[in-house]
Order: sequence, then structure tokens, then C-alpha cells
Amino acid sequence: MTVSVTTSGSGMSAQRVSRIKAVGGLLRHPAIAFGVMISAAWLVVVLTVHWWAPYDPYESVGERLRSPNGDHWFGTDALGRDVFTRVLYGARQSLPISVAVIACALLIGGLLGAVAGYFGKRVDTVVMRLVDVTMAFPPILLAMAVAAALGPGLRNGFIAMVVVWWPIYARLLRAQVMAMKHKEHVEAAVSIGATRSRILRRHVLPLSFTGVMVNATVDLGQVVLLTASLSFLGLGALPPAPEWGAMITEGAKNFYQWWIALAPGLAMVTVVLGINFLGDGLRDVLDVKVASK
Amino acid sequence: MKRYILARLAIVPFLLFGIVTVAFIISRLIPADPLTSIVGERAMGNPEVIAAAKSKWGLDKSVPEQYWAYLSNLVRGDLGTSFRTKNSVVSDLAERIPATLELAVTAMIIGGVGGVLLGKFSARRKDRPADHAARVFALVGSSLPVFWTGLAALFLLYARLGVFPGPGRLPSRVDPPPQVTGFYTIDALLDGDVSLFWQCLARLILPAAVLGWAIMGSISRLVRASMLDEMHSDYVRTARAKGLRERAVMRGHVLRNALLPVLTIVGFSFATLLTGAVLTETIFEWNGVGSYAVAATRNLDYPAINAVCLFGGVVFLLSNLATDLLYALADPKVRLT
Amino acid sequence: MTGPLLSLSGLTVDFSVGDGVVHAVRGVDLDVNHGEVVGLVGESGSGKSVTMLGLLGLLAPNARVGGSALFDGTEILGLTGKPLRALRGGRIGMIFQDPMTSLNPVLTIGRQLAEAIEAHQPTLTGKRVRARVQELLEMVSIPNAAERIAAYPHELSGGMRQRVVIAMALANEPELLIADEPTTALDVTIQAQILDVLADLRQRTNTAMVIITHDLGLVAGVADRVNVMYAGRVVERAEVDEIFHKHQHPYTAGLLRCLPRLDRRGIDLDPIGGAPPRLDRLPEGCAFAPRCRAAIDECLVRDPMLRMVGASVVACHRAPDAVASLTGAGA
Repeated sequence: MTVSVTTSGSGMSAQRVSRIKAVGGLLRHPAIAFGVMISAAWLVVVLTVHWWAPYDPYESVGERLRSPNGDHWFGTDALGRDVFTRVLYGARQSLPISVAVIACALLIGGLLGAVAGYFGKRVDTVVMRLVDVTMAFPPILLAMAVAAALGPGLRNGFIAMVVVWWPIYARLLRAQVMAMKHKEHVEAAVSIGATRSRILRRHVLPLSFTGVMVNATVDLGQVVLLTASLSFLGLGALPPAPEWGAMITEGAKNFYQWWIALAPGLAMVTVVLGINFLGDGLRDVLDVKVASK
Repeated sequence: MKRYILARLAIVPFLLFGIVTVAFIISRLIPADPLTSIVGERAMGNPEVIAAAKSKWGLDKSVPEQYWAYLSNLVRGDLGTSFRTKNSVVSDLAERIPATLELAVTAMIIGGVGGVLLGKFSARRKDRPADHAARVFALVGSSLPVFWTGLAALFLLYARLGVFPGPGRLPSRVDPPPQVTGFYTIDALLDGDVSLFWQCLARLILPAAVLGWAIMGSISRLVRASMLDEMHSDYVRTARAKGLRERAVMRGHVLRNALLPVLTIVGFSFATLLTGAVLTETIFEWNGVGSYAVAATRNLDYPAINAVCLFGGVVFLLSNLATDLLYALADPKVRLT
Repeated sequence: MTGPLLSLSGLTVDFSVGDGVVHAVRGVDLDVNHGEVVGLVGESGSGKSVTMLGLLGLLAPNARVGGSALFDGTEILGLTGKPLRALRGGRIGMIFQDPMTSLNPVLTIGRQLAEAIEAHQPTLTGKRVRARVQELLEMVSIPNAAERIAAYPHELSGGMRQRVVIAMALANEPELLIADEPTTALDVTIQAQILDVLADLRQRTNTAMVIITHDLGLVAGVADRVNVMYAGRVVERAEVDEIFHKHQHPYTAGLLRCLPRLDRRGIDLDPIGGAPPRLDRLPEGCAFAPRCRAAIDECLVRDPMLRMVGASVVACHRAPDAVASLTGAGA
């Protein structure tokens, strides 16, 4: 009671208060809380690792192929680099690029899908046939082929993954826009003569947002895995970049020096698990809402 | 039912055409001179070979004409010669497809059965610790990169504990069984060689389990959710009111109906499996399409890349189609319209 | 014919929801005699379905059933396993509200009927089961019964499906049939047909029935006695004629005023104002008091007990004057 009085006194709108309460409620879901915690921890690593990482990720800093010890918690690799440091820096390779893949796919695919869904007819046919054909390939094969065609490197891997991922959002946004188009408030806007693009921007897109964000979260984990897979196959990040997938390749080459592959693997597991927990939790919570309607 | 199947079949040619075209475009994007890829570097000095290749693939003509040449060769079942292996790509693939299928089918069985059991287990213990544990187990499986899980499994179970044999489809210096199906396990049995069967099975289980675990998560999640939905449905109450045993209610009504939506994801998972096979085969030195694809991309072996893309697309297409048809068979509502 | 077939006393059903508890049924006493048809009437949420589902343990796991329920002299609350299954579908048959959802969509109706028979008569041969299935379908007047055995629920109309549900409840010749809103989900003309089926069954089999409905008009033709429920309690109980002509409870009066009647054409229907109380936050005093036009101060503080007034058993402080005072106030 007192809380709400003070907050409204400090000029916070009721809407904002309820939004904060909603976020607090989400965090009470254990899977979501766990996911947010892990994601936040990795975000901190990405932003600050250069201040506190024990060694330089590119320099040989000790004996080659040393097993884990007090100086090198996860040992050293074949070039004598500190594995722990490289794994921490690896977050800077995998995570931003995965987020960027989702963002670009969302932008390109979402826009195409929304346009297709809203205008229908021929636009819809063209876009959706393109979606069908792209989605007719197993994702990794398509990504491999595109990455191979463009030549190895993280930038080309990025393009390959956007090529693979955009149709998913095109489908999603199209379905949502088509469903939304017939909702009452949109029909009301049409009846008072709002222009199509204005309706799309002001009324349709904002409502599709939650569902899309949940999907994007679920997908993010998959993209992190795909990024690493491409690098593992030598089609993503190139040595000496400390990328997790590429580091696991090095680990596979030094099979009996298990620590080289252990650390990047653990890093990926925590990241992907965290994201999946978050996505799963959000899906659960959202499902409950849908069911109670 | 007929109309439904026809509708599904009607888009197949379109998708096939799309797959073929995209595979062509991708292979033409490769910066390397396709001619080099086709005839091999050494033959580049031989003008006769080059001229022959050029006219066969229409490389001296415009891109649309090249496309036409590509299509007509494709219709004749000619996908070119692998730059790397110097064999016809079609025969290369034919050799490797059974290996990948054997792996994928086994993984599908492990993942599918495991996923359904896990989902059922979870649903019946909703929100209890056992439910949470089962869900976390499934989620971990789909959060792990298969190439890392494979590596870890090999290191622990083969190198350290020695419970499983090492990578590869066969022990070294053992000949494969006479080919019937191309599945070593089945062929060994058909040949009456039980000890070879066990050897092949032991080598199959580890990669298949790694792959199966990766798809278990999505299956068990869906089984759990749809079982929970069905458990609260009116007809389940009716079944209980009839005096059926709880087990009969679960199996005859809840699970039966809950598995319907699961069918869709099983088809989809099969395609995911083939994808995962690319990574698993690399780790387990499995001589299948996946490791062939990896070698092809590393060597810019463009006829091989093209063929693998085609193969992937067709498998994807077929498994989606099979899913739709299975669904139609399982759901009386679809079956009768 | 010693004692009643079914005798509930002080039956309660609580649902734990989140942190709170919803008292859906708050002490129901109810007798059903052999061969008798009892109507259980009230608005949705009055606890009528929950009472009967609770008897057979068919409620969600968060429900807790208390009190006592004697069936043929034996306590049946808390039964599990085999004895409970012997009751369900064996000695007590249930008919549910919505025939669209109460049948399994992926099994043929023949299979679903056979299941009901096999669960209680496991030694029957397949041939005998099939014959019985057809017999049951004919009993509820399904045309072409032999062909319909292989039909899936979605191939039948709503009325036909409800007949299947009824046939299923009758599969093992139950002593008691519980029909939970058997006609609510159906068209008016079909409703009449289903009621005919039930009435006909009663004639032929002498099965006791409990008909749960929100529609007093429906019980008029079928029931011997009527229990009116409100907010988890029985508020009035009487012979069917008494309920219509000499009812004592203002709530019963309100329900009757909602019925369209041919002899009062031109007079507007008069719905009961307000909504039923929230069952997790019941008012002190009579649960109906906030909506009652006859309420006095006492009604707001003290909960009325059931007592005999005239030919009715009624829970109202103002009976027998309550209903008379309504007409005065309403004019």
C-alpha cells in the first residue's frame, strides 16, 4: 500500500508501475530468473572482460598443452595460450554475432512477412514462395553452402545465418499480422480512414511484439549453436580468433588434452541453457495467459 | 483425404524446382572458377578436356543456358564429378546415404522413444521434482552442441572408461557385411554374422544417442504439454467415468490423442537429425553424407556441395510430406475429408 | 427398498486455488430413492455439478471432498482403485454436458462404448460386446445403429452424440444415472428429443436419476423432486409441483420468473439482479441476501438453516412470508 502511494507520489505512471510489477512477476518464475541471471552474467563478461581477464587471448603465456592448474584454470592450448582467457573473450565473438543474426533476420524477415500478411495477394505469394524454398533446406546445409560459397570468415558466416533464419520470422510475422488484421481495433482504424502503412506501424506491429520476442529468445540459443557449428566446421571464425566452435575443433585435434574443448563447451552450455530456460519460461508464462483467455 | 493428399503433393514439384534452382545459384556463387572444380586443376592445361566440359555444362554460354544444361544433366541423373574424390557425385552420395540414414534412424528411435517416455513421465508428475529433473535433462540435451557432446562422450566412454568402441562405423581391418540395405547392423544380421552385428551396433549407439538426446527436448516438451492438455479434456473425464483403469485412460485416451501433434514434430526432427548428422559424423568419423558435405565445403568441391544441398532439400521435403500424410492417417477428422 | 439409494450428508467440496480456498460445495444433504428422478437446479457456479462429480472422484486434483455419501448404504467417499471403478460406469452412470467434447475424437463410438462394457464385464467375448453395443445404440433410438458403430464422433450430429453418451452411461445397467446438464449444449428441438429418451428410459428400466440443470423448466416434466442450489448449498427442496406452485425461497421464485410462460404472455421476464457471490469470499449471513428483494437485517448477519415450511424444506429466515412479500415489493 505504502509503496504504491510513494511511487505515484514520485510521478510514476500507473502503467509503468504495473509494468514493473509484471517484470517482477516474471522473475518469480524460476526458469526465467535462472535464465536472466545467466544471460546477465555473460553480458557482463562481454562488456568488461578486457579489464579483468587474466591473460592476453592471442599471446602464448605459458607452456604448451598444460593441464589445468593454479595459473591456468582450464590449462593451455597447443600454442601455449590460456584457455580460460580465450573462452571469456570467445563470448565477444559468439554472443554479439548471434544477437545480430536474430536482429537482422527479424528486421528483414519480419518486414517481408508483415508486408506479405498485410497486403496479401501477389506480394504474399512471392514472399511466401521464397520462404518455402529457403525453408526447404536443412538449416546447417544451407548455411554451410552459403558460407562456403562466400568464403570462410565470421562476416560471411553471419550472412549465411541471416539467409537461413529470415524465413522463420517472415512466417511468424505474416501469421500474426493476418490474425491481427481482423481484430476490431484495426478494423476500426480502417473504418476511420487511416492509411495502410500507418495502420501497420501503429496498430498491427506493436501487438505482434511479445510473441515475436519470445520466439527470438528461443531462437537465440539455436543461433549460438549454429555459429559455433559453422566455426567448428571451419566456415565461421578463423584462427587465431578465440571462437568457441573453433576452439572445440582445436580440442578435437588434441583429443587427449580434454581441457581444451572442455572450457568452450561449458561456456556454450551455460549460455544456451540460460537462453533456453528464459525462452521456455517465457513460453510457459505466455501459454498460461493464452489458456486463461 | 484424397483432396488433402493431392493438395500436399501439388506443391512438391514447385518446391523441388525451387530446391534445384537455389542449389544452382549457391554453387554459382562460389568464387572459384567452376571449370576448375569440374575438370580438376591438372586437366586445366588440356584444351580438349576443357572444351568438352564447357560444352557439357554450357559454361561457354550465358547463365540461363548454363542453368538449362544443369537441369537437363540433372534429369539424366548426372550431377557431375566430384573435384575431390574424382568420382561421380551421384555414386559418391549413393555410397554414403545408407550410413547417414542408419545413424539418423537409430537416433530418431532413441530420441523419439526417449522423448515420449520422458514427456509422459513429466506430465504425470507435473510440477513435482521428478518433472523438473526430466525437463532439465531434456533441455540440457537440446542446449548442447552435438559436436561437443560427441567429443565428450568419446573421451569419457571410449578413451577413459573403454565401455564403447572408438569412432568409425567398423573396427579397423574388418570388412563391411555384403550390402543389402546399406545399414551395417541389418546387413550383418542378414549375413548371419551376429558378432559383426554387435560390433556395428556398439559403434552406432554412441553417435545415435548423442544425436537422439539433442532432439529429445523438443519432443518431450510437446508430449508433456499436449498430455497435460488432454488430461483435462472432457473425454478423459468420460473415460474415467466409465470406470476404466487409470492406465487404460492414459494409454488409450490421453497418450493416443497427445501423440497426434507429436507426429508433426517427429517429422521435423528427422530433418533436424540429418542436419545434426553433419556435425556428429565429423566427430565420429562416420563416412556418411554429413562428413562428405563438410569435406566438400572445405575443398570448394562445387558439384558435391550442389548435390548435398539437393539431397538435403529432398530429404527435408520427403520427411515433411511423410509427416503430413501420417498426420492425415492418424487423425480421423482429416482422414475423412 | 430399504433406505435411499444415494444419501449425501454434509457434503463439501473445496478447491485450493493459488493461496486461497474456494468453497464450491458447503454442506449438501440430498437423498435419492430407488427409481426416483431428482432435479438439481441452480445457476452455473452453484455447485450442482461439482457435488455429483465429487462423489465419483472426477474432479481436478486440487479438489477436496468432505462429508459423507452413502450409496446403497455404503460410504463411497474416499474410495479408490477397484471399488471406485466398479461404481463409475458400473452401478453409477454419468452423462455429461457437452457431447462435442465428452467423446474421444480419435476413437469410433463403437470402440468407446465397447470400452465401457469391457471395463465392467471383462469376460464377455468380442461378439457379445459388439451385440451389446448395437443394442445400446438402438435403446437410445440411434437409426442404423449397426452402421454407426464404426462412426467417429465428428460424423454424428450433436443430438446423436449425446445419445451415444447416454448409451455409454447405460452400458452396464446402472442403478443411478447422473445427467449433468444433458441438454444444455443442444438445440431446442434436440433437447426435447433427449428428454424423451431419458423419460423413456425411466419408464423401461426404473433407473434412479439425478438431473443437473440450470433450467427449472426442464425438470418440470421429468423429475419427482427438485433441489434448488445456491452458492454451494441446497436452499429449497420439494416435490416438483410444490416447487412450481408453492415455493418458499426467494431464489426459487427468481428462477421461475426467468422462465418464459405461455400463460403469462405479455409480461416481461424478470431476471434476478446481481451475480452469485464469489465462493472464496462469501458474505456473512445468507449468501443470497445481497440479491434478495425480501432481505431483512437478520439475513445479512445470520445464515439460515434448512427447515420445513409447508410442503418444502427451505433455508430462508422469512419463509413462509418471503415469496408473498416479493410480489408486494415487485409491484
